[in-house]
Amino acid sequence: MQLIPCPWCGPREEVEFHYGGQAHVAYPAESAALSDEEWAKFVFFRDNPRGPFAERWSHAAGCRRWFNAVRDTRSYELLAVYRPDQERPVTT
Amino acid sequence: MTADFRLPRGGRIDRDSALRFTFNGLSLTGRQGDTLASALLANGVHQVTTSIKYGRPRGIMAAGVEEPNALVQVAEPFAEPMLTATTVELYDGLVADGLVGHGRLTDEPDPARYDSKHAHCDVVVVGAGPAGLAAALTAARSGARVVLVDDQNEAGGSLLGTDDYLDDRPSDAWVRDVVAELDATPDVLLLNRTAAFGAYQDGFVLALQRRTDHLGFDAPRHIARHRIWRIRAKQTVIATGAHERPIVFGDNDRPGIMLAGAARTYLHRYGVQVGRRVGVFTTNDSAYVAAIELAEAGVDVPVLIDARHDVPPKLGAECAARGIDVYAGHVVTGTEGRDHLTDVHIGSLTGWHADTVVCDTLLVSGGWNPAVHLFSQLGGALRYAPGLGAYVPGERLPTARAAGSAAGAFEVTTCIEQGAGAGRDAARAAGFSPGVEVAVPVADARAEETPSAVLWSVPGEPNGVFGAEYVPNAPFGSVPDDARFVDLQRDATVSDVLRATGAGLSSLEHVKRYTTIGTAHDQGKTSGLLAAGIVADALGEDLADRRPTTFRPPYTSVPFAALGGRDRGELYDPVRVTALHDWHVAHGAEFEDVGQWKRSRHYPRQGEDMHAAVLRECRAAREGVALMDASTLGKIDVQGPDAAELLDMLYTNMMSTLKVGRIRYGVMCGIDGMVIDDGTVIRLTEDRFLLTTTTGNAAMVLDWVEEWLQTEWPHLRVFATSVTEHWVTVPLVGPRSREVLATLAPDLDVSNDAFGFMTWQDGTVAGIPARVCRISFSGELAYEINVNAWHGLALWEALIEAGEPYGITPYGTETMHVLRAEKGYPIVGQDTDGTVTPQDLGMSWAVSKKKADFIGKRSFARPENLRPDRKHLVGLLPADPTVLLPEGGQIIESDHLPEPPVQCLSPHSPAGLNRAHRVVAQPPVRMLGHVTSSYDSAALGRTFALAVLRSGRERIGEKLYVPIGDQLAAVTVTETVLYDKEGARRDG
Amino acid sequence: MTADIATRRSPLDGWTSRFTELAPAVRLAERPFLAQLTLRLTDTSRAAAVSRVLGVELPETPCTFSSGTGPHGPVEVAWLGPDEYLVLAQPGLQRTLESALREAIGDTHGAVVDVSAQRTTLTLSGPRARDLLAHGCAIDLHPSASPIGTCVQTLLAQAGIILLVRDADAGEFVVLVRASFATYLAAWLVDAGMEYREYREQPV
Repeated sequence: MQLIPCPWCGPREEVEFHYGGQAHVAYPAESAALSDEEWAKFVFFRDNPRGPFAERWSHAAGCRRWFNAVRDTRSYELLAVYRPDQERPVTT
Repeated sequence: MTADFRLPRGGRIDRDSALRFTFNGLSLTGRQGDTLASALLANGVHQVTTSIKYGRPRGIMAAGVEEPNALVQVAEPFAEPMLTATTVELYDGLVADGLVGHGRLTDEPDPARYDSKHAHCDVVVVGAGPAGLAAALTAARSGARVVLVDDQNEAGGSLLGTDDYLDDRPSDAWVRDVVAELDATPDVLLLNRTAAFGAYQDGFVLALQRRTDHLGFDAPRHIARHRIWRIRAKQTVIATGAHERPIVFGDNDRPGIMLAGAARTYLHRYGVQVGRRVGVFTTNDSAYVAAIELAEAGVDVPVLIDARHDVPPKLGAECAARGIDVYAGHVVTGTEGRDHLTDVHIGSLTGWHADTVVCDTLLVSGGWNPAVHLFSQLGGALRYAPGLGAYVPGERLPTARAAGSAAGAFEVTTCIEQGAGAGRDAARAAGFSPGVEVAVPVADARAEETPSAVLWSVPGEPNGVFGAEYVPNAPFGSVPDDARFVDLQRDATVSDVLRATGAGLSSLEHVKRYTTIGTAHDQGKTSGLLAAGIVADALGEDLADRRPTTFRPPYTSVPFAALGGRDRGELYDPVRVTALHDWHVAHGAEFEDVGQWKRSRHYPRQGEDMHAAVLRECRAAREGVALMDASTLGKIDVQGPDAAELLDMLYTNMMSTLKVGRIRYGVMCGIDGMVIDDGTVIRLTEDRFLLTTTTGNAAMVLDWVEEWLQTEWPHLRVFATSVTEHWVTVPLVGPRSREVLATLAPDLDVSNDAFGFMTWQDGTVAGIPARVCRISFSGELAYEINVNAWHGLALWEALIEAGEPYGITPYGTETMHVLRAEKGYPIVGQDTDGTVTPQDLGMSWAVSKKKADFIGKRSFARPENLRPDRKHLVGLLPADPTVLLPEGGQIIESDHLPEPPVQCLSPHSPAGLNRAHRVVAQPPVRMLGHVTSSYDSAALGRTFALAVLRSGRERIGEKLYVPIGDQLAAVTVTETVLYDKEGARRDG
Repeated sequence: MTADIATRRSPLDGWTSRFTELAPAVRLAERPFLAQLTLRLTDTSRAAAVSRVLGVELPETPCTFSSGTGPHGPVEVAWLGPDEYLVLAQPGLQRTLESALREAIGDTHGAVVDVSAQRTTLTLSGPRARDLLAHGCAIDLHPSASPIGTCVQTLLAQAGIILLVRDADAGEFVVLVRASFATYLAAWLVDAGMEYREYREQPV
């Protein structure tokens, strides 16, 4: 049972969290202006890197806050967690 | 055949006790403190079972969890399969039988309780041998919170199997002192009979505690029999000791052949001599000690065969002094005996000398494998230590360290030193300064003199060398072509391994799967490394250059019942109930599960089946008055100056134009344009709304709202709060509902003019403050009454009483489904499946054309969503009005069922049929859609269904077919609204 | 107008006798009908006004709660999120507090919702209370990790709870659970407590 450090509540068991997919994929401001291909890219396509990956989590069974985490997809290690309004921190 | 092999002295057993037990039908007696294995050996019973493939007699090989042979099934007090005799603590009345390969689950319900518990600590120490005890005590003295787990019934580990002295006292005095201090230290938890079976990231260790097994019939029923400990530690010390490694030779599987260290354990811990005439075969010094100690106990030890050419001088001299002939540079080449060992064939490695020794027991030691399982589970790299012929931890982990024999140290003082060091480092890493040092005692144990040799398998032909031919003994099931067993439980031999490498396999994982070595209950604790060594030798490679296999949990077997714990029966999954649940139960409701909720499905009267009850309930709702418990609907309070703006984005409808006091139906879509939920939106004030969601999606919708609010539009001043359970919600439905409500709410003007459709009012109903909404999910005149849940029952009972003159009838979800389906109202999740747009549902009217954007809008314009052949929601009327279509039934055009599309060869196919003769399979039947809801309608006097159908709206009036078994039901496609198409009934 | 309190019913009505079977190892009781209000506040300049209404400071540290006595009697305020609090007060005060709080926070940067019946309240105390919780709660409730004033939202068995640590050393806890999960959780607690029923306090 992995621990995920909620930026507010601290480390909690992973069952308290919901996964929210890739972080920093903003909802397009002018969706009508996008081509079908551009729109489909936003709706259906996400990165799947081997290594550090910025993704969204929600502390669903806790404070119900969404936050971002950089996770190494090879080791599951969470390299950083940060609030949605913060820049992605530099991780090594 | 039994005899007394209990020595007159020694052992940690209660000699005044007499525990009667039955094994393989034999009535025997053991002592308190015995394991089943030690009690059997005390009675002279070595053979436990026969082997799975070849039916060869098999005995007791080890004294602990590494036992590959002695599988037993406990029959009483409760059937439990797949235990090893070496780990079953003896109790009075035990009935057990040897198992051939695998056990049998009982079909009787298990009366025992199982549970789990969390434990938190700074340092968890696994193993209470010398290293673990020293680690735990050192960490505890620093003030750290410590959990120490050990799989034995008492602490001591390897010390329990020796007669060593520490500081001139028997070692158990040292153990006792350490345990006493640990017990007296606050925040130290010592768990016996607790096997750590898994180590995971973030300091998570899972352990199985067998709490009452040893009590047998006296086990208290209210105590959980097994407990899963979920231990969370900052630092982990792995002091799991080592397992002795056998050596492979011809006929190395006979009862009477066992590990040398096990014989020491039986001697010192249980006061049992494992044989009358005991030979020893070793590659290292440790078995010398076994030989010497057994001889000292009065056992005849005629020979010690050492594969090394250099005999340890002191140990060799001690042997000689006790009449033990030491054969250096010799190996065991084969054995004789049927149910029990009788003779051992030995030969020199140079081949010039061979002999046969009469022995009833042969002790074997090929060295020791550090128990690195947990270290490897944690991702720690392993390193091959050529001197040991074994893997040891090969790197430092930030939060875990191995100590003692688990790290490759075998002298007791070294183990204690390492343990103390690991305990100190672990506590320091967890933030604690070292306390008083744990003094390392002086040990009298015999030191190692000569390095170990590494010998996986005695070289030779499959059937042995030096003339020791394998003679198949009846009644063996089949005859192996080789009797050099690597994995005794799987009956896998050296030849099997060589067949694997000969077939081109080189990776140990592949060899393991090819030969099944290491896949039995013991997970290869004695066989895995032997196989690895034999493979490396066969390939001419060095083990040091090969990648070891990864150890995976569980280290020892764990009953599923223990993993299930208390999550069974009524606690298996939370049952959510409304405030009215007890009333429903008292009034005979049948329930259905909707998510975790229990909802009343219908309220059958005496003699009614569901069909009859639902027809009656539907009739009441359409003709009189009926009520239901709709409290499970999700309710979300949304307030703030930007609430309307947010709702405009989340719903396909325009919500900002909704007036205070009014209600609007709304649809929510995902960004892909597919419907995810629907419900009503009530505008309470300019800045405050109440949303309802479907029962199953309440949590999802709140998460959805928060996701957009928090991650996309944090600038919006909106706050969402779940109030689902704050309210009890009761729809009062039917043409007489207005009269019933008027009776209970004299202050409320319930006339249609004053209280119109899709409006709400606050008022008092039955003396209870209530919010009453004119909404209808049935098409009938209806009022949805919401009150604080504490008063829900009072409201419900008042409604029942006030409605009595009108024959008020409680109805359940089944009736609700029929009523809504008659009106063509879809249910998200039943009539939709995540591939359905509002347009597909015929709900373009609920999709705003004025809003610049909302979630899903852009996707509606995707070409895929504009295709004319998308599936639309339609109604279906079976040609036979009594035929109830199966939900999920496919819809096809053809009026006959075609042949199966895949050509099948029947037994009647002509002989010689080949590919050229086969008919090309015809294309499969085109599935046009499927039935999503299907009911018998009281109002329509017939059956009907809703379905999603390709180009459905263009097919209205068409005749199509739905297969039911091997029959086809003809159906006519209709519009979705089948009852009161004009909507005349909703205003009463 | 308020409803007749004689006919109201709490989610764990009827469980008292099963709860008392756990004593003295665990004293378990429902404290029904407390006034409970969700308070949202993004405008921190209003915190002082809120404190005046409640007589208690809003907890600033995540996963804590504050308690005290104010104009409306004893009050506890639990931190639920960076701008979210749960106010617990004596039964019957929900409407009074709702208006008072709404006035204190103003119209634009906060919200108040009466959630009194959304959750019910259980109190657990006694020598085995912490053990009982440890069977289903992954939070470290040792006094060093969860001192007095700790408030966590987490899972107990398979139900979401809000857990308040009233007295860490004495093992006194408050568990708030959604009303629909209350009977599940009550059954779970009573079942978990079976182990401890024979517990008797050691004579001093």
